[in-house]
Amino acid sequence: MSAVNATTENLNDILSGEDIAPTPPVPAAAAPTRRTPYFETESGKRLVEGTLTLFRNAIPPLLGMLLFIGLWGLISHSVKNIPGPLETWHSAVELFSDPFYNKGPNDQGIGWNILNSLYRVGMGFGAAAVVGIPLGFMVGRFDFLNRMLSPIISILRPVSPLAWLPIGLLVLQKAEPASIWVIFISSIWPMVLNTAAGVQRIPQDYMNVARVLNLSEFKVFTKILFPAVLPYVLTGVRLSIGVAWLVIVAAEMLTGGVGIGFWVWDEWNNLNVAHIIIAIFIVGIVGLLLEQALMLLAKRFSYE
Amino acid sequence: MQSYVQIENAGMVFNTKKGKFTALTDIDLNVDQGEFIALIGHSGCGKSTLLNLVAGLLDATEGVLLLANKEIKGPGPERSVVFQNHSLLPWLTAFENVYLAVEKVFGASESKAQLKARTTAALELVGLTHAATKLPGEISGGMKQRVGIARALAMEPKVLLMDEPFGALDALTRAHLQDELMKIVAATQSTVIMVTHDVDEAVLLSDRIVMMTNGPAATIGEVLSVDLPRPRDRLQLAHDPRYHALRSKVLEFLYSRQMRPKEAA
Repeated sequence: MSAVNATTENLNDILSGEDIAPTPPVPAAAAPTRRTPYFETESGKRLVEGTLTLFRNAIPPLLGMLLFIGLWGLISHSVKNIPGPLETWHSAVELFSDPFYNKGPNDQGIGWNILNSLYRVGMGFGAAAVVGIPLGFMVGRFDFLNRMLSPIISILRPVSPLAWLPIGLLVLQKAEPASIWVIFISSIWPMVLNTAAGVQRIPQDYMNVARVLNLSEFKVFTKILFPAVLPYVLTGVRLSIGVAWLVIVAAEMLTGGVGIGFWVWDEWNNLNVAHIIIAIFIVGIVGLLLEQALMLLAKRFSYE
Repeated sequence: MQSYVQIENAGMVFNTKKGKFTALTDIDLNVDQGEFIALIGHSGCGKSTLLNLVAGLLDATEGVLLLANKEIKGPGPERSVVFQNHSLLPWLTAFENVYLAVEKVFGASESKAQLKARTTAALELVGLTHAATKLPGEISGGMKQRVGIARALAMEPKVLLMDEPFGALDALTRAHLQDELMKIVAATQSTVIMVTHDVDEAVLLSDRIVMMTNGPAATIGEVLSVDLPRPRDRLQLAHDPRYHALRSKVLEFLYSRQMRPKEAA
């Protein structure tokens, strides 16, 4: 993916012409010497080089995509009912031409489905962050709390997210908060664990600086603890959002309502396999975008 | 005149998993105001431990430590420390790193403009005005160490404590910073205690060299007065027989009387 990013950037640079300096002005009185051909000038060479790197970087991912589509085409030929790439593409164009229609609770546009899923993920994940990050700070800071909670966390963390759904339905009585609960409980652990690890790994040197300066607890937190732990927190957040997005499809299949997960189930009942394949792509791409956005954020806050 | 820093019968015992470990014992040392003391010894002899006792980062298990007749209890900004590996906060610029210390010490009594002026002056003292807005990750090791020195000096400490401040630097940068430190100390009349394992550094910089015996249960083996006139110039000293005599004395202590302990420990 990064290779693709890099190449589009290169492409933009080249298209915007930033690399291409205006051709050096030829002195008016110059003798009719041979004018340097463009590709021998500095900017010309850079253009050629840039184009070559562009191709070098673009070829492997493009080849991979082509291979994937080729395999998919082959499979769709030999297996009945699996639509080929072209058929799926037409179906997707049709689907995305009207993403926000609303014909009652069981028939809404794909845009509404995605937004509803994102909303649930946001709620569950947000609640997990609000609880998990401070909890992680405390677990990391106080060894007693750490030893108290670590057996519980060790037992609960590997539990399959959907195993929590019946408890949620039982306690909360409704499908919507139950699926948010599942997101919450499955995405909280990476944030707790990573934040705690970050607090525990603060170099002793920083704390010695704080002690020599006699910094107040508030200053210690804002100037040392928080910035030192932030990269770890963001790693936890990134892992959590991945888990949350992974879980939402399964949770919605079981709870129903408007959302990408239930939409997949609905289309299965309609035997619209093209839509199921489109849904798989949507889930993948949205997940990728969420993760990339957080990667950018993490990069912004990484020092050293 | 009463000594400025008084260390009386100090000892340090650590509780480790393998039982008690006596790092220091029977340490007696008096330091006058404006004096430059070098602590030298083999690694593991507890010289950093002794420095940390004065800094207050460790509490002595025996004896007392006094600064200007007050017992040292816990760390404090009147005993600022230059750490071995600079210990700058990587998310703050050079200016902000120094300002954090300045604000803590003078924030209650001075205006923001005055605090900023102090920070700028400290950076100027170590010749880093141009790097004030740089993050530690963007400057060289020598520059980071200079920011660390600026931070420690800006607090106008009663005692400046330095824990092998130039140990991680290359020889040329180290010599340059030693020269700068001599100028700064001469200008500010600071009292300095510096841990080092470099014999030349100890002779060049200090008024007295405190030589430590090997650990465990290390103590002060010998104190050597360095009566070379100031300002000192490293090139002239290279031809000075007194310099070589002092140097030989330290070398003799370290390598003949206190052979490096076997690495088995």
